[in-house]
Order: sequence, then C-alpha cells, then structure tokens
Amino acid sequence: MLILGIETSCDETGVALYDSERGLLAHALHSQVRLHAEYGGVVPELASRDHVRKLLPLLREILRRAGATPDAVEGVAYTRGPGLIGALLVGAAIGRGLAWAWNVPAIGVHHMEGHLLAPMLELEPPEFPFVALLVSGGHSLLVEVDGVGRYRILGESVDDAAGEAFDKTAKLLGLPYPGGPALARLAEQGDPQRFRFPRPMTDRPGCDFSFSGLKTAAINTWRGLEPTPANRADVARAFEDAVVDTLAIKCRRALQATRLRRLVVAGGVGANRRLRERLRELLAELGGHVYYPRLEFCTDNGAMIAYAGWRRLAAGQYDDTAIEVLPRWPLDSLPAVN
Amino acid sequence: MFERHLDSAVATEALGARLAGGLTPGCVLYLSGDLGAGKTTLTRGLLHALGHPGTVKSPTFTLVEPYRLDGWRLFHWDLYRLADPEELEYLGLRDQIDGEAVLLVEWPEHGSGELPPADLEITLGYAGEGRICRLEPRSPFGQAMLAGLA
Repeated sequence: MLILGIETSCDETGVALYDSERGLLAHALHSQVRLHAEYGGVVPELASRDHVRKLLPLLREILRRAGATPDAVEGVAYTRGPGLIGALLVGAAIGRGLAWAWNVPAIGVHHMEGHLLAPMLELEPPEFPFVALLVSGGHSLLVEVDGVGRYRILGESVDDAAGEAFDKTAKLLGLPYPGGPALARLAEQGDPQRFRFPRPMTDRPGCDFSFSGLKTAAINTWRGLEPTPANRADVARAFEDAVVDTLAIKCRRALQATRLRRLVVAGGVGANRRLRERLRELLAELGGHVYYPRLEFCTDNGAMIAYAGWRRLAAGQYDDTAIEVLPRWPLDSLPAVN
Repeated sequence: MFERHLDSAVATEALGARLAGGLTPGCVLYLSGDLGAGKTTLTRGLLHALGHPGTVKSPTFTLVEPYRLDGWRLFHWDLYRLADPEELEYLGLRDQIDGEAVLLVEWPEHGSGELPPADLEITLGYAGEGRICRLEPRSPFGQAMLAGLA
C-alpha cells in the first residue's frame, strides 16, 4: 500500500511516500530542496509558514524521486493536529482534496503519534510496549506506548519545552536564535564543577517537566558575571547538565513505574550528544535498550506522518470528506489500532 | 503609569491574577520584556485567575495558544519567532479582532503595523534577582484596569 504523507503543523513543510512492502520511497522537507525556480525566485522570508506555495512542488519532487505517478498512491495521510490552525488547514485541505480527486482514502494523523512511531522507520525498530521521550522545541513529553493508538501520558512540560529552554538560554548567552545546538557545543568547553543549577521538579514525585525556572537560573547567574568566553561556556555547561540530568531522572522514573526497558527518544533535543550518552548509560544499567529515529526524522517530517497514516489506513480507519483540523488534540484520546 | 517591584515568580503571577479582575471583552494587552523576564508567568497568573485549571505553556513555538474560559475567549500570542508582521495575516489574527476576544501579546514589537493598538502596555524588566513591572494605560479600558490595581 503506497501512502502519501503530508506534514504542515508548524514551520516545516514535509512530504513523503511510504510503501508498506518496500518501505520509505522518498521524502522531502521544504528546507532541504532548492525549488526556487518553481516559485519564480527566492521564497520570501515572509512566507516561512506559507505552506501553500511549497506543498505541490515538493509533492512533484518526491513522485519524481520515487519514480511514481499519482495513480499509484493508495492513501493520503496528513497532520490533523495539534499545531497552528492556518498551517494545519493547508495540509488538510490539500491532502483531503488530493485523496478525493484520486479516489483513495485519507486520514488525519496526530502529529505526536507520528513522532512516537518514527523509530519504526528504522532497520531495527522497537517492539511494543515502550516508553517514549519526546523532546523538541515545541514539546516535552513522556508517554507509555502499548501499541498504535494506545498511549498514556506519564508526564509533560508545564511551561517551556526542553528545546525552547535550550534556544532561549542560548540567546541569553548571546548566541543566534535558535541556538540550542550551538549552546551544546559551547558547553563542551565549560567547567562542569563551577555552577550547579536546579533539577526542576525532581524533588517531587511524577514525570512532569518545568524548564522555565532553569532558564531564569541561567540568566541570573550570567547577569552577575563578566561576559567572557570562559564564563559563557561554564554557564552553558551547567545549563546543559541540568537539562540532561532532569530528563534522565524522569526517564528512569517512567521506566521504573511502567516496568518497561525499552526507551524511544524523538524530537530535536534527542540529537544532543550528552543526553544520548546519559540515556545509553541509564538503559545499560537497567538492562534495556534506547531507540532513536535517524536524525532527520527527529524533527518534523512527512515520513512519520505517512507511516502513522498507513498503520491506521491498513486497519480500516479513514476520514469522511470533511476538512477538519484540531489545533488542540489530546494524544490519549486517539482510537487504538489492533 | 504604575510601577511595581516583583521579588519572585509568585509575585509576578499574583500581579497577573489581579489584572484579570479588570479585563474587558476585546481588550488588548501588550507584554514586553527580555527573555525570562516573566511575561508567560504573568499570563499564567491571569489565566488561572480566570479559571483556567491546567498548565499555561509558553506559546513561543506554537505562536498562539487559544483559551476558552467561563465567559471569556482569550488568545495568548508570542511573536518572538515571527519573521515579518505580515505573517499575522496568515496566522488568522484578523479573525480574533472581534470586540469579544482578549488578546495578550508577547513581543508586540515583532508585530508592529499589523497588531491592534494596546489598551494596556505591560513591561517587565530585571531588577537584581527580582523584576520590575511597569504598566501604562493606552485607553480608557487600560486606565480602568490600573484603577482597579491601585
């Protein structure tokens, strides 16, 4: 079954073709390809979230790369939510419209379900059940995953997402926004002993996160220092250590509470080297294994939507012809797939 | 003008809660201040006082978080990541300017020219470990909100 996946929940425009027999055939993100000629010039910065102009050229591109024609597509999956209403509507309208024109079923996919299932696109996918840590610029979430559509939220951020805290602290230290990865590089040179920031919400039970106060701790420390490169690196190191520690403590709790020994890590912060080291150590200690999607599927992409859509379409789920999006959509309200 | 020293995040939330009492339908509040100054913290206090039971997440990534509370519709905007004020048109701001919905806008300077004018401008700044909050009314609605605080 050949599925077209469309992701437009926020900034990225992602499309992919996933075949249930042959796997992922092609995928593309707006930022990856040079389609300027098709737009008649450089895409204006103004239209950074204008998915309308990007979607069809990207779709033509992946059909060409996959050597496929539209009549081979057997189903369309698009992100229904959560996300920005205007951005979601573009993907939903185009996805639903194409499915109607091609006379194939369509399904609206939950963006987070896409992220949770992204490691299934890899050669050695995790088996259900597992615990998933989703940490990105927009989300910080721990979920118990018993199967497709069987999700229990174990904890989430009550304020800033982990990636957002990285980006904002980087900005405070004078790095360009979004500077999470630059902050992590800077932290490599920092002295881990010099400052110690709090590990928010680790002193009480539960798996919820809070990163806003950590950002404030970093600001208050930085404001009292000479703005030298060494001081900057030391603050960056203390900040990164606090985030990594906090995430590792919550993952340990989640694994202990669920008695599971498989951890999936998705989202852009999942690319952080120190976090990966810590979680590998944690799972080695617990006698388990940690799984990551490939780096390009840690962030928003169409492949995860195509895959999640296939799981649901193959189970006989599909939508009627109404174009409906859900900017807010609780992950644990989804129907299960057997 | 009204100025107040806030010695903790708790004090910032409490000020937000007091501001909730003076809201009028359709009013527009600008929230300015550096990263970490407490803009979302103040909003959290305001939303909790209006009866929102859950968490108040930073809207930096989503750009806008909608709330529907007992008798109130409220949109919490964060324009930090906005590349151009004209993007607000794509994001559906115009549909929200209906005389009923309350707009709370962080980083309003990123939306100048497209945003409706403020009734009250709130500026948070650093003051040692605490914060200083300045409130400036820009309309009779804003003046009424300040009168309620005094």
